[in-house]
Amino acid sequence: MLRVVRIQDLAISRGERRLFSGFNLQVEPGEAVALTGRNGAGKTSLLRAVAGLLRPEAGAISFGDTEPETARAEHLHMVGHHDGLKSTRTAWEELRFQTLWTGGSEASARDAAQIMDLKRLLDLEVRRLSAGQRRRLALARLAASPRSLWLLDEPMAPLDAGHRSAFGAVMAGHLAGGGMIMAAVHDPLPVPCRTVEVGA
Amino acid sequence: MSAFLILLRRELALAWGKGGGPLIALAFYAGVVTLLPMAAGRAPEKLAAVAPGIAWLALALSALLSLERLFERDYEDGALDLLALGPASLEAVAVAKCLAQWLASGAPLALAAPVAALALGADPKIIPLLVLCALAGGLAFAFLGGLGASLALGSRRGGLLVAVIVLPLYVPPVIFGAGALDALSADLPWTAGLWLMLAYCTAAVALSPLAMAAACRNALD
Repeated sequence: MLRVVRIQDLAISRGERRLFSGFNLQVEPGEAVALTGRNGAGKTSLLRAVAGLLRPEAGAISFGDTEPETARAEHLHMVGHHDGLKSTRTAWEELRFQTLWTGGSEASARDAAQIMDLKRLLDLEVRRLSAGQRRRLALARLAASPRSLWLLDEPMAPLDAGHRSAFGAVMAGHLAGGGMIMAAVHDPLPVPCRTVEVGA
Repeated sequence: MSAFLILLRRELALAWGKGGGPLIALAFYAGVVTLLPMAAGRAPEKLAAVAPGIAWLALALSALLSLERLFERDYEDGALDLLALGPASLEAVAVAKCLAQWLASGAPLALAAPVAALALGADPKIIPLLVLCALAGGLAFAFLGGLGASLALGSRRGGLLVAVIVLPLYVPPVIFGAGALDALSADLPWTAGLWLMLAYCTAAVALSPLAMAAACRNALD
């Protein structure tokens, strides 16, 4: 379980362009942070830097007394623009693999499928799913895995109103259990959250 | 089930899945083995002399076939992000991918090689050595191929680039393997070639995962 995420004096550049610098943020258990900002402000890059996928130009990202390598291998989870789903495999094969890979169990994958209203879709190939169904499948892996920090990039854009509130309940449950959420969004998150503007 | 086995199962399913990776590699192998003799001359005694070499070289070429997608598809659809956040290191991820590649395409090819060699009129006594060379060499082809595939990540025309990177790395095992096979057919001492090839394979399997992991990190950044 992560105790804190601390981002200090972070600067990120892509190519020649400096996206932002001097960015500070601290996230505590039970807290959700909505990252806002114009297109290209660096929200996605910030999430990828926290996930350790992108090297920041300057600054530090720490996870309290947990080593960054351990935090990234065991405690954080991500759903980005690219959902990592293989279009030729069935929804269940993909959900099962992604869940087991990130420390969940087959039972937790089934529960998550139930919560995200995917039960009837599990036998279908991923390419048969609509954009919204596909996103629900990607989000289900969050609920299925015991990982405390969720990094979400526009998680709810393709979801309809009913499923937005369903995922809102999942997020609320995660926060109530001491989880943390950092989400890049344009629409408001359906849970109480702090809003931080990136690249202001 | 350990994380490594979970990933290996997925990679095998992807390699065997739609698109028929092993079948295409086998069909390609059959095609090359049939085509080369037509260029080399079809007199049986001439053909028997080059049979082990042809059976062996065609293996290296067939191993190239499905390499391009080894890392590329996971890179394109974002699965590589998820693999990087898993409990296993990227080095272990690379090993699982190359091992699955070998199981799905290298091992079936190694079983096809003796059939091709015999059909071309090779001396049957080389068959055990050919299978051994094909299995060990196939492992080296898979790992070196994975290295090429990871270095080509994110480039357009990745397939050609993989071949250009990988073919020079295939030279030593092709030389040593063919040398051992030729020596055995000519009743000369042949073990030196085999040992050199096995040494090269060991080095490839041990070292290339480090480079593959570094190339993946670089591509994700």
